[in-house]
Amino acid sequence: MMWDVEIRGMASAHAIVASSIFMATVMPAVFVENFSVYGSHMVWLYCVAGSVAVVNITVFWLLGISPPTKKNTLSYKLNRLFRSCLYFLLSCLFFHTVVVLYGAPLLESALETFSLAVLLSTLTTLRCLCVLGPNVQAWIRVFSRDGAMSVWDTSLQITTGCSVIGAWLGAFPIPLDWDRPWQVWPISCTLGATTGFLTGLLAAPVWIHWHRKQLTYKLK
Amino acid sequence: MAFSKTFIPPVSRISCRSIRNLPVEGDDWDVLIAHFLGVDHCGHRFGPDHPAMAEKLSQMDGVIRSVIKRLKNDTLLVVMGDHGMTDTGDHGGESQKETDAALFLYSSSPLFPAPGSQVEPEVVPQTDLVPTLALLLGVPIPFSSVGQVLLPLFPQNGSRGVPTGLSQAEALWINVKQVNRFLETYSNMAKDIPPDSLSQLRADFSNISSQYLATVHKGHLPSPELVVFMQNYLTAVRETCRASWARFNPFKMAAGLLILGVACMLCYILSELSHVVIQEGLLKLPILSGLVVGLVVAAGQLFSQGYLELSWCAGAAALFSEVLFLWRTHGVSPKGRWSPSSLLTPALLVLFLRCASLLSDSYVIYEGNVVTFLLFTLSIYVPLRLNWDGLLVPLPPPDTQKPPQLLSTALPSSVVRRQAFILLVWLGVLVGSLYLSLSFHNCREEQGTCQPSPFLSPLSRVQDSQLRNLHYVLSVGSLALWGYLLHRWLRHYGNLNCTSVTLFSACFLLPLACVCMGLHWAVSATPEDTFRSLFELIGLAQVFLPRTSFCLLGLGLILLWVDPMTVFLKSRTPLNSRGTSLPPPKYRASTGISPQAELHHLIPQLYQRIRHSLEDGGTESGEADSRPAVEAYGLGTVYSAPLVLLCGLLGLVLLLLHPEGMALAFLLLLLEAGAMLHIHACSTNLSSLHKHSNGFSVPWAPVVSWSLAATQFFHATGHLPTFPSIQWGAAFVGFPQGHTGTALPASLVTLNTFSAHIIFAVGCPLLLFWPLVCEVRGTRSTRSAGVEESEDAVMEMRLRESPQKFSSGLLQLAARYLFVNGVQVFASVCAAAILRRHLMVWKVFAPKLMFEASGFIVGSVFVILGVIMVMRVDVSVGGLFKKLLPQNSR
Repeated sequence: MMWDVEIRGMASAHAIVASSIFMATVMPAVFVENFSVYGSHMVWLYCVAGSVAVVNITVFWLLGISPPTKKNTLSYKLNRLFRSCLYFLLSCLFFHTVVVLYGAPLLESALETFSLAVLLSTLTTLRCLCVLGPNVQAWIRVFSRDGAMSVWDTSLQITTGCSVIGAWLGAFPIPLDWDRPWQVWPISCTLGATTGFLTGLLAAPVWIHWHRKQLTYKLK
Repeated sequence: MAFSKTFIPPVSRISCRSIRNLPVEGDDWDVLIAHFLGVDHCGHRFGPDHPAMAEKLSQMDGVIRSVIKRLKNDTLLVVMGDHGMTDTGDHGGESQKETDAALFLYSSSPLFPAPGSQVEPEVVPQTDLVPTLALLLGVPIPFSSVGQVLLPLFPQNGSRGVPTGLSQAEALWINVKQVNRFLETYSNMAKDIPPDSLSQLRADFSNISSQYLATVHKGHLPSPELVVFMQNYLTAVRETCRASWARFNPFKMAAGLLILGVACMLCYILSELSHVVIQEGLLKLPILSGLVVGLVVAAGQLFSQGYLELSWCAGAAALFSEVLFLWRTHGVSPKGRWSPSSLLTPALLVLFLRCASLLSDSYVIYEGNVVTFLLFTLSIYVPLRLNWDGLLVPLPPPDTQKPPQLLSTALPSSVVRRQAFILLVWLGVLVGSLYLSLSFHNCREEQGTCQPSPFLSPLSRVQDSQLRNLHYVLSVGSLALWGYLLHRWLRHYGNLNCTSVTLFSACFLLPLACVCMGLHWAVSATPEDTFRSLFELIGLAQVFLPRTSFCLLGLGLILLWVDPMTVFLKSRTPLNSRGTSLPPPKYRASTGISPQAELHHLIPQLYQRIRHSLEDGGTESGEADSRPAVEAYGLGTVYSAPLVLLCGLLGLVLLLLHPEGMALAFLLLLLEAGAMLHIHACSTNLSSLHKHSNGFSVPWAPVVSWSLAATQFFHATGHLPTFPSIQWGAAFVGFPQGHTGTALPASLVTLNTFSAHIIFAVGCPLLLFWPLVCEVRGTRSTRSAGVEESEDAVMEMRLRESPQKFSSGLLQLAARYLFVNGVQVFASVCAAAILRRHLMVWKVFAPKLMFEASGFIVGSVFVILGVIMVMRVDVSVGGLFKKLLPQNSR
């Protein structure tokens, strides 16, 4: 019974996040002139990243998923906030490095590459920050076979994996000679990451519902 | 008619005398052919964009001018190149830069009417020269020519400027008749021209012939339309022939695909069932029966057709033995052991993606980047997977819920942390060298904005002297580092203590060869005109320095083969004191009766003692009471040391065949191979508690990465699967004057082209040894015995403990490597077969298939060589212990 409540809550949270991506794609068309996903790709990218970030933080804050803070002082909270921002920035740099090592151009279109890194960080690291707080050891623990300690951890595993795999798959069409507008760097990768994220959002509740008999979570 | 050919030597300074000697003015010739080799020579040596080339070309201009001055009125001067060149100055491929050459025609008397009155073609096929020159000389056009006369060289119809010559229409008519005769004869003999286009061409010809004969009969001039008609006919014949000469035999293609596919399947099953195959000896019967079937098919062919088609006999033999083997293994294989889901590992998924990428021309064009991408993915997958299994980080402090016996098998957390750290460091090295290796790529014709790596051009072509010095220092530095790393590794594992000839080759031959190579690079980097006085000496050095390095390295390889033991044995204590120094009785507990069993138990025991003495300093001689009977240094790496040395020596040989700048790429190759081996070793160590090791099985992921790395370094050493990119310069290393035969230059170029395949293939057995070399002390024995006190490393002696598992592990590794390579060949065969009418087949898929297949053949030969080397070591290790046993048991 408790399962159903949690899964339903997660499904609705995921639906809100997914609809925020949809809104971020549709809404700028009203305000920005000549807006299109391919043409003004950076605008779209930062719209999606911003809205996903805002909605994620709001939803997780409202639901109270984040780990309870040990101390309730303001300085401790500020410290946590500062560390979260630092980790987010570091994760952007990390993704940027990985993408460059994967073969992205080093100097030209560095801004585009960094934007892709920002998007990937928003889709993965930000959720880690929301669910687990700025605690790298917990992050490492979550991405192991029996490291998930709640439904949200499992959902984090699935969405993160799907986003990264989506971005990875998005690199495939780049060398093809089809001359399509979405083959321009980094559009296919950002689209892949977003599609993967959406798939993950959809798949997580379904998968958890399907495997609810096998899933057993240890207490924290 | 008199032909006279004057050969102008390729010396860089043509004297004016030899040009004056050109017998232009005499009357005793009809055709005078002068072949100026200098331009070609200069292009090969310096490339198209070198000042020396400009100098040579202006020299040629002078030659042509002086010839023109003395030309008579009835002489036609034809200046033509037989080929162009790539940016590196080579030729032999099919790129436009190589096939395009200049054509310059000159006559003192005005052959052509005022400029503009005729359309001059931009490009003329080289086949057109033959009929043109033949008709101009007044000889028949050769029978099998499909060329078309160059009309501007013939007077236009109606103009009677040159009354003796043929007019354009007459020349074309002769040409048309000749081509038609060829077409008729050819289509009677070979039936490969499609009947409908043949009948169309016939109709065209009869049309032309009737029109032409009618006009000539009436005494009119042939109309311009008829001329165009004839030209179109000639072009149509040429195109029809070209299209139909690319013939395919679908039946043979299907048979080849079937044999190749079954062979891949066989390799897979062999790798899965290697222990069964080793035990039961399943190989003899299929091979013999395959031979019999081949002979039967040959006899049948001889009987029924009267001639022998060897490919069918070989194909039938191969297919029959493959199928028989599969059928027999089907009988012995354990039921339900392998299911399709076992094929769905990420490593095999990456292999599948690699094969799928061979079916698209874009991916083949960007193959270097594609392979790097996949290799990168596969290497990142290793730590992610380990983390997923909870093996990368130490387990949390013991839980009360966990059963205690599970905990006892875990590695100590300090060991886990250390191994994980080592793994991540080596992953960094791997990723870094992968990224850096991207800067050594060459460019295909199809890659528009790509710039070939600056390290690819030989040093002698680098203009800026500072840049040249920098390149030279970098190359020599990486060469020295290559030698140092090898030496360092061997010393670390105590393989340099022996007194055998191998030590000699490692300690003396290797550095000496490096020095020779450095000097050779220095000599060949000096610009030609800096030391004019030392010209002779430089020429001599260019011959002898590389030959000396070849000889030294070859000698090293031979010595390594003759005596691959890198173990230093030292008997110290009297033999009778052996009894007192027995280790705890766990090795004596199950001592068998037979000498063979005795031998098996003696070896680890011997090894334990050796390790003990090594740990206690190894060199001290004070305590004689309980010290071991025999000391051996380097026994732990007795198998891998010769193999590493073999790879090092081979690598130097292959490096010598490359441009100097590739030394950096070769250093990266060494680092990357080392990183892959260490990552494999660490992940094996970390997961040793996860799954119980069954024998010496190498998982798919390292094998696939190893094979991908071979392809990746094929690209990172400046090679491409295209003919224009073959580094022909390799044939002239040590032979600057050229060769007399073809076997030697061909093998040198082959070695150069497939150097990455060769090194990785020879080093393949290292994948089996490395986890043992890098074993974590005490893990395995602790697990198996449950006793904490065994702290001794056994390393590669573990292989001697269970020779059966060793052989099956080696067979499995080789079969897996062959499977991974074979599947890639299969995929490129499929690509070439399916896309045989594709636009890019001759530019992309067919060359790719040829390179992939040749690389596979070379790679397989060298895999077998590596395995033979391991067996050679095994034999001599066996000999060593045989020698030791009587001494000790007496």
